[in-house]
Amino acid sequence: MAQALQLVVCAGIVPDPLQTLEPVTGPNGPGLKNEMVLPAVLDPWAACALYEAAQLVAKNPGSKLWLVSLGPKAKLQQVMMTVGQKAVFELIPIDGPIGGFPDAHSTAAALAEAIAALPGFDRERLLLFGGWESATRGAGVTLQLVGERLGITDQFQGVDQITLREDGSFEVLERVEGGRHQVSVCAGTPAVLGWATGNLAEPRNNPQTGMANMRGIMPALQKAKTVALDGNGLRYVSVSLPKQQRETRVEKNMTADEIARELVEWIGAE
Amino acid sequence: METILVLTHVDESGSALTKASLEAVTAGVELARQLSAALTIGILGPASAEAANSAAGAVAAPGARLLAVSGEAFAQPRYATDAAGCEALCRAAQASIVLAPGSSRFVRVAAGVAHRLGGFLDTHITSLSSNDCVDATRWFYRQRVEATISREARPWFLLLDAGTHAAFAAEPATAQVEAVDVTLPTTRTTVEGLRSPMRDAQTIRPDAQLLFVAGAGWTKKQPDGQIHVAEAGQLILAFLRLSGASLGSSKSLADQKAEGPGEEQSVLPFLSHMNQIGQTGATPRHAKGLSTCCHGEEPHVVGWRFVGERRAISLDQNCGWTRGKADVVYITDAFQVIAKVNELLQARRS
Repeated sequence: MAQALQLVVCAGIVPDPLQTLEPVTGPNGPGLKNEMVLPAVLDPWAACALYEAAQLVAKNPGSKLWLVSLGPKAKLQQVMMTVGQKAVFELIPIDGPIGGFPDAHSTAAALAEAIAALPGFDRERLLLFGGWESATRGAGVTLQLVGERLGITDQFQGVDQITLREDGSFEVLERVEGGRHQVSVCAGTPAVLGWATGNLAEPRNNPQTGMANMRGIMPALQKAKTVALDGNGLRYVSVSLPKQQRETRVEKNMTADEIARELVEWIGAE
Repeated sequence: METILVLTHVDESGSALTKASLEAVTAGVELARQLSAALTIGILGPASAEAANSAAGAVAAPGARLLAVSGEAFAQPRYATDAAGCEALCRAAQASIVLAPGSSRFVRVAAGVAHRLGGFLDTHITSLSSNDCVDATRWFYRQRVEATISREARPWFLLLDAGTHAAFAAEPATAQVEAVDVTLPTTRTTVEGLRSPMRDAQTIRPDAQLLFVAGAGWTKKQPDGQIHVAEAGQLILAFLRLSGASLGSSKSLADQKAEGPGEEQSVLPFLSHMNQIGQTGATPRHAKGLSTCCHGEEPHVVGWRFVGERRAISLDQNCGWTRGKADVVYITDAFQVIAKVNELLQARRS
């Protein structure tokens, strides 16, 4: 039996992984050089959460999907041009700072406030999704804090699969140590799921979906609430790039036998 | 004056602390010594008394305490019960700094516990130091930017990455454990157990000396113009079996599973996204790493941040590994080399 769910995906925007990153310190603390002009993408693990949520909406008529994203409006608009073609959702933008250095607790407070104020929000039907870690701060903290603020105590992290059951319960596979999954069954919504990769491939861009989404995205961006994030006493003592340039020995003329012997010696006894 | 609590939990046996927990104990002992602070160790588990003995040596100093929450509710990792248990330990300890291992169990609940205590949490801590104040080091942007941070707000929760401290070792002693009562919440989640997604072999071995990373080149056309995926799979599995290595994968190779025919059809049947190393994958800690058929560009290499000695096999002499990312790069065909390596490892074994 299909369930009418309320799916909220929290997803930030991050620099394209292929970009060179250089930290700089400004009057407001650390950031990235030319951060506002670096090409950005939707946070990869959060994007997996979005695709999983979209599939659940498709399988459960009457369900609704919101994408809640905190970042500078201009960057959000750029990223949504692409993301909006991959799934049908209603964007809830929050105009705020970009990057991994703002404090996660303040980010969570802003997200929770926005979610609680969603029109028609029904916490009892809520599945709160996001990435289990971001590609910026990578702390794995924000989604849990949002869940706590919304009073949700069924939380799962590193999720690769959710299977809804007819009685409203669902099975969750969470990544744990040693390449295994912990299998849990939750009685039903509400719940928080921080997604790892999941099982779905990235959807192809669908221009029709994009056009439909953009009719809602542009007005939402214009009305986006601006927030300032409290540092909560977080102080950056230093921020730097690692210096790990190695003296690489490039071997072009060794035979396979010679390389194999050298590698076996290097591997040593396990 | 700081007071330090180290949160720990038991392993799957239920009677011993996890290695990561013992590493956190070491960090707590060192930090308490530097700050001349009181140390408390808190244990979460179904029957914590036996596990407490392995940490008893850490609380030998006057004023040190060993707290435990016990009961069947803590036999399985679950947000509602674990958060309640950790919250009770924190309230009993009244610590200003809380250290804990960055295990999947505590990663799931630590932020919620910090919020309940009115505190703040930072995760993936790789080192701690203290002079006038406590500084913690962690990485941002998937191990591409390193920062040292500090906080004035208390309580300050810090989750420590595994492998960053030695596991605490002392002669087991009979511990004086203070039992902490927990008001258990209603549980709506039942943990049914663990499942391995690997159909052919357990290929992820966090404690292995060597990380073997396979790239998409294994599934590309070889000099004879043909694709040899089955042979690639056999060579890789044989290498893992003979060397004891842990298997990593580039994103492009892991993605071939999801995009393959019928989506369930794996290019390499023993590979999943859990093997993925790099920007959108794991950043494991191993003493040595061998990359094969993988370009070694930055999104790959950020997953190698904590791999000590690095070697690579690549057909491309301009690949990223040759630009200061690896110690040795062999410009050759990985099929041939790994087959020879397997022969030598087999001969050594027999």
